[in-house]
Amino acid sequence: MSNTPSENRARFGVPENSMVFARGVRKSYGPLEVLKGVDIDVPAGSVACIIGPSGSGKSTFLRCINHLEKLTGGILLVDGAFVGYDLRDDRLYEVKDDELCQRRAEIGMLFQSFNLFSHMTVMENLVEAPIHVRRMPAEQAKAEALELLARVGLSDKVDRYPRELSGGQQQRVAIARAMAMKPKVLLFDEPTSALDPELVGEVLQVMRDLAEAGMTMVVVTHEIGFAREIGDQLIFMDGGVIVEQGDPREMIANPQSPRTREFLSKVL
Amino acid sequence: MSKVDASETRPQPSSLVADVDRLVVVPRRNYGIWIGTALTLVLSFFILRAFAVNPAFGWETAAGYLFHPSIMRGLLNTLILTVVIMALAIIIGTVVAVMRVSPSPVLRGFAGAYVWFFRGVPALIQLIFWFNLALLVREISLTLPFVGEVFSIRTNDFMTPFFSAVVALSLCEAGYMAEIIRAGIKSVPSGQSEAASALGMPYRNILKRIVLPQAMRFVVPPTGNEAINLLKMTSLVTFIAVDDLFYSAQSIYARTFETIPLLIVVAVWYLAVVSIMSVGQHFLERHFGRSETRTDSWALRVIRSAFGSRAKEFSA
Repeated sequence: MSNTPSENRARFGVPENSMVFARGVRKSYGPLEVLKGVDIDVPAGSVACIIGPSGSGKSTFLRCINHLEKLTGGILLVDGAFVGYDLRDDRLYEVKDDELCQRRAEIGMLFQSFNLFSHMTVMENLVEAPIHVRRMPAEQAKAEALELLARVGLSDKVDRYPRELSGGQQQRVAIARAMAMKPKVLLFDEPTSALDPELVGEVLQVMRDLAEAGMTMVVVTHEIGFAREIGDQLIFMDGGVIVEQGDPREMIANPQSPRTREFLSKVL
Repeated sequence: MSKVDASETRPQPSSLVADVDRLVVVPRRNYGIWIGTALTLVLSFFILRAFAVNPAFGWETAAGYLFHPSIMRGLLNTLILTVVIMALAIIIGTVVAVMRVSPSPVLRGFAGAYVWFFRGVPALIQLIFWFNLALLVREISLTLPFVGEVFSIRTNDFMTPFFSAVVALSLCEAGYMAEIIRAGIKSVPSGQSEAASALGMPYRNILKRIVLPQAMRFVVPPTGNEAINLLKMTSLVTFIAVDDLFYSAQSIYARTFETIPLLIVVAVWYLAVVSIMSVGQHFLERHFGRSETRTDSWALRVIRSAFGSRAKEFSA
């Protein structure tokens, strides 16, 4: 068996506690190159925030992590292992659909538009994947779902349909749905961008709680304040490359690159 | 609006309130509607009178045939045909629709050609074609290498009128159902299947548990219309001598020459079945729309069912 974390660690120099490890990640759509070689290290238990103008490739990179997009080049390891491939004899074999699904289930993802299943109640949304992907007994899945809903403060919405909830509540349900799979890492794709300003806080609070509980998170966001407060590293992307990365507080106070400085001056 | 002065919001003197209360509203007269109403009433009178006084309609004769055993058998066959064909059309149509949204260009192309052909050729021609399949293929046999002939059957032995009606009309109706279901699948936002993928659900599960159930809400109203169309379309099987409702009526009036009364009997039965189907459609719509409509009042649902799917536009 190949593609084991220990082998990859030795071969690619992956740090011991690495959760997301990217080297030279490239992605093209036809002639259009969206990612032009991205290197990222996200240690387990840390929060990485990615900022950048629209079209900078930050969402595409996030979607590469759980293999919703196939890489055109480079390597991307989650917890030391490839997500969409098996490495054997110097070849990357694409894994079968079922295997890919099992690996993807360990990587939670949150979307700008929440994407709760609109024909299901909150409870049905939460137990769908645990029951049908993880083969968890229904009783256990329901008990765990109730616990998670209590954690995001929505115990009273168990039997509501998504359209009966506010945007902030929907995103909190979506976070609970992702957590129901007990993921190793959570990916957030502009989780608060579609929310009314007064609803942003409740979602950020839930994310703050997760970070404090030790969840590894990669967050594409426009919330510079959140990045400064919670982020362990800040990554500024523009034109498909990482322009600058470092400690959020230092980088925001004293950006090195003129492009970073210009972007921060617009969003702060 | 002019800007509101603070004094305007103060309570008014009671004399002014009384004065305002005395104002009378004179409704606008809509002469067009009055003329239209009058003309419609006159027209309805003449139509009803024509039905009532013309003895050639033979209402008593029609009433006598309404529950005639061969009419009943015909009605039963019509219903069986409709249910069986619709069920097959939904199954085949779903398969074709899923092929049409598949990533493979070959599957997409095949499904496109299917819809193009079976929607393009008139149902009656397809029906007669399948009935005459024996002219094209004498027998159907399955021969495996090393095993030899597994089975063989003469086309005429299984292409009975009833069976060819089922084959022809299911394939034809499936062309329409495929388009309806495809439109339903396309109406589900792509974020839904993306979120399901991110949760680790495999493609077949995403289709079965996320996309198709949500597509149903868009699929049910036009499918109800298709079922009603199909019920009437089954009268075509008369041409290949399947004893459906229309064929039974025809074979009676061919003997007795009571043509009009028997056509009335047929029309009454079709209307009755269509009315029952409309009620069923309403309950199906409510079931698949439950995540959308549970706040609707009972009255609104009745209005919606009365006006069919179009009522969605003003209740949305």
